[in-house]
Amino acid sequence: MTLPYALEMRGIRKQFGSLVANDDVDFAAKTGEVHALLGENGAGKSTLMCMLSGVYRPTAGDILIRGRKVSIRSPKDALALGVGMVFQQFRLVPTLTAAENIILGEKSSVWRGASWMRRKTEEITAVAERFGLGITVDRPVWQMSVGEQQRVEIVKVLYRGADIILLDEPTSVLTPGEADRLFETLLKLRAAGKTVILTTHKLREVMAFADRISVMRKGRMLKTLNRLETNERELAQLMVGRNATGAVRPEAGTPGKPLLEVEGLTVEAGRGRTAVRGVSFTVREGEIVGIAGVAGNGQSELAEALAGLQAWSAGTIRVCGREWKRASVRTAIESGVSLVPENRMKSGLAGSLGIVDNLLMKTYREPERSRFGLLRGRRNREWARSLVERFDIRATGLDTPVRQLSGGNQQKLLLAREVDRDPKLMIAVHPTQGLDIGATESVHRLLLGLRASGRGVLLISEDLDEVMQLSDRILVMSGGSIVGEMSRENADRERIGLYMAGLRAVPGEAAS
Amino acid sequence: MEMIIQIAAAAMSAGTPLLFAVLGGLLIERSGIIQLGAEGVMLMGAVAAALCCIRTGSPAAALAAALAVGATLGLLHAFLTVSLRVNQIVSGLALTLFGSGLSAFLGRSIAGQPMPGAVPKLDLPFLEPVPAAGDLFAHLDALTWLSFALVIGMHLYLYRTSWGLHLRALGDSPQTADVMGIPVAAFRYGCVIAGTMLIALGGADLLLVYAPAWIEDMTAGRGWIAVALIIFARWNPLRALLAAYFFGALDALGFRIQLIGSDIPSYFLKMIPYVVTILMLMYLGWRNRGKPSGAPESLGVPYIREQRL
Repeated sequence: MTLPYALEMRGIRKQFGSLVANDDVDFAAKTGEVHALLGENGAGKSTLMCMLSGVYRPTAGDILIRGRKVSIRSPKDALALGVGMVFQQFRLVPTLTAAENIILGEKSSVWRGASWMRRKTEEITAVAERFGLGITVDRPVWQMSVGEQQRVEIVKVLYRGADIILLDEPTSVLTPGEADRLFETLLKLRAAGKTVILTTHKLREVMAFADRISVMRKGRMLKTLNRLETNERELAQLMVGRNATGAVRPEAGTPGKPLLEVEGLTVEAGRGRTAVRGVSFTVREGEIVGIAGVAGNGQSELAEALAGLQAWSAGTIRVCGREWKRASVRTAIESGVSLVPENRMKSGLAGSLGIVDNLLMKTYREPERSRFGLLRGRRNREWARSLVERFDIRATGLDTPVRQLSGGNQQKLLLAREVDRDPKLMIAVHPTQGLDIGATESVHRLLLGLRASGRGVLLISEDLDEVMQLSDRILVMSGGSIVGEMSRENADRERIGLYMAGLRAVPGEAAS
Repeated sequence: MEMIIQIAAAAMSAGTPLLFAVLGGLLIERSGIIQLGAEGVMLMGAVAAALCCIRTGSPAAALAAALAVGATLGLLHAFLTVSLRVNQIVSGLALTLFGSGLSAFLGRSIAGQPMPGAVPKLDLPFLEPVPAAGDLFAHLDALTWLSFALVIGMHLYLYRTSWGLHLRALGDSPQTADVMGIPVAAFRYGCVIAGTMLIALGGADLLLVYAPAWIEDMTAGRGWIAVALIIFARWNPLRALLAAYFFGALDALGFRIQLIGSDIPSYFLKMIPYVVTILMLMYLGWRNRGKPSGAPESLGVPYIREQRL
């Protein structure tokens, strides 16, 4: 008898304290299919996967593997059932080699002599080659590219004998080229009879490779569809719960004077690594300049240098024609540079403080906000209340610890603080990461508003759609350098993808 | 030449108690738990060995007592840091304060009393004619040989066995270890208990081999030096041997200069090893700036599986 479903979940519920991450979810994956779990950030996809892999335990509901009801109490149980997961943040020990990572946890033999290691290495290589996963088995993981690390993860799961393979947001860290390679691998896995389940929020991928698609929203399972019987529009509607309006296209403007001029900027990033290599560009008044690229190619360090947080080793930064002598946050603030940092809770807001205190953080020195070194309590509260209204921040009160706000409201609060200071130049790093569609739209509107009032915006984002939608000019960063530049009219996805993969611009090259 | 051999021998005998403590600390820290209780654990090991040795006259029983005390303290540290996820630094400091206070109290009646028995020596007469090696290795006590065996054993364990691989993974990324089916909490318990036993053994060695009798606070900061030497040894057992003997040599050197009868006040001479330790740490920190320190990456971070990432 062949079982139709490799895996079934019935009435799954998962609560973290008062937060319900999954509510009455039913889900089933057929043997030998590529099944995509589609949903926005925070829809509960990862939570569902983590319950299958034994990292979380469901609050209620049943899990059936190959028709048998099971209780997965730990990742070890999951592996014993043939369920292996490739996590979004890889579970690899950076100091160990690929082979060591793969045989980690194997208990077959205690003593590891040279011949034993050689035999294992051969076994691992055989598994890798069978599915076309090129890895260097004896290289430490920290020296590998993200794409290779992910291949090590997949080999690891296969080597441990998994036939139900879960991948959590596998493409979020890959260049478009690497992603295509990953999908080829997944198809090979399917051909070998494995069941592949992956989570994603990218419609294009789903339509290209999945056999069936399950859409989740706000912790609930909405619907499972066959790819051949649906389309991107329907999926988008299901995912966001209404028609996605998308593009708020800016009309082509006429940029004014240069606001930010960067020349030959080089930033070292510790451990002997150069994060930014001789980068030069200009941001003018009334212009949004987008920097696209896979995270970890120097964007964070560039943003930090421009915000005065990080010292640079060569090159010049000029803001409004004045050259900065050294990294100083105070100088950056005083010359009108604002930063929306990559991790808002880490370096943007103080989680346990309330809204008023967080809003005051950059302006408390001004006479408007404090007198004789004492904060002007009532006046500041009124000011905070007006900002909360203006930026539509939903919170139970002005003193609620901002940690308890939703991601979107946190980001709006941060932007309220930065925009209220009327910055000349706004540096926004992944400004909509983790936000739902509604909050994303308000952030986009704010950035476009700044542009309309003659301010400059440097938008650093991994989200290619966002960069292409908002920017007047697009720069592509790879390996710490700017490898490509194009105007909004000439931008096309494929070319940006090639640049992101590190291919340098060839002079006179035609758009391919 | 003779001077060098003398200092080398003195370095070994002064360094061995430290070597036990460094190896023990290294084992604990490799599993991802910070160990700052070494000073207190060494003192407790020493006082337990002293009390037992005077009662029974048997060094073997004394060592067993030290190991038992070490296991108890290790269990306490593991329970606090692994199960209750108490701040590991605070738990370690508490262990040190508790150990030095309690050992001083327990040892009041026997302070200064000579030990009735000694750790047996392993005589290797065939080594005697060999220059240098004969002087150094022909008449070593059993504990020193045990420390050699531990260094080699631990090196092989860490780099040649599956359990060692598990341990290295555990300290660097408990998430990964967990996903690979390694029991994180049980493994950490084991390492903390075994490592604390080794540290207590270091205290017993200090008492039974190096010093003639129990005196209050007899470790004189060696537990803390052991903590520093773990960094110096970059969490590697072979380097731990070098580090411990290096400190032992400095210790012996200061003592020797004192014997020669120089005008330098003895307090300054006793300071030498500690000052040099600080200088070495500064130098290493400067030389290795920007490089990975070799420290387990998750050192000091409690592991909770369901923590949202």
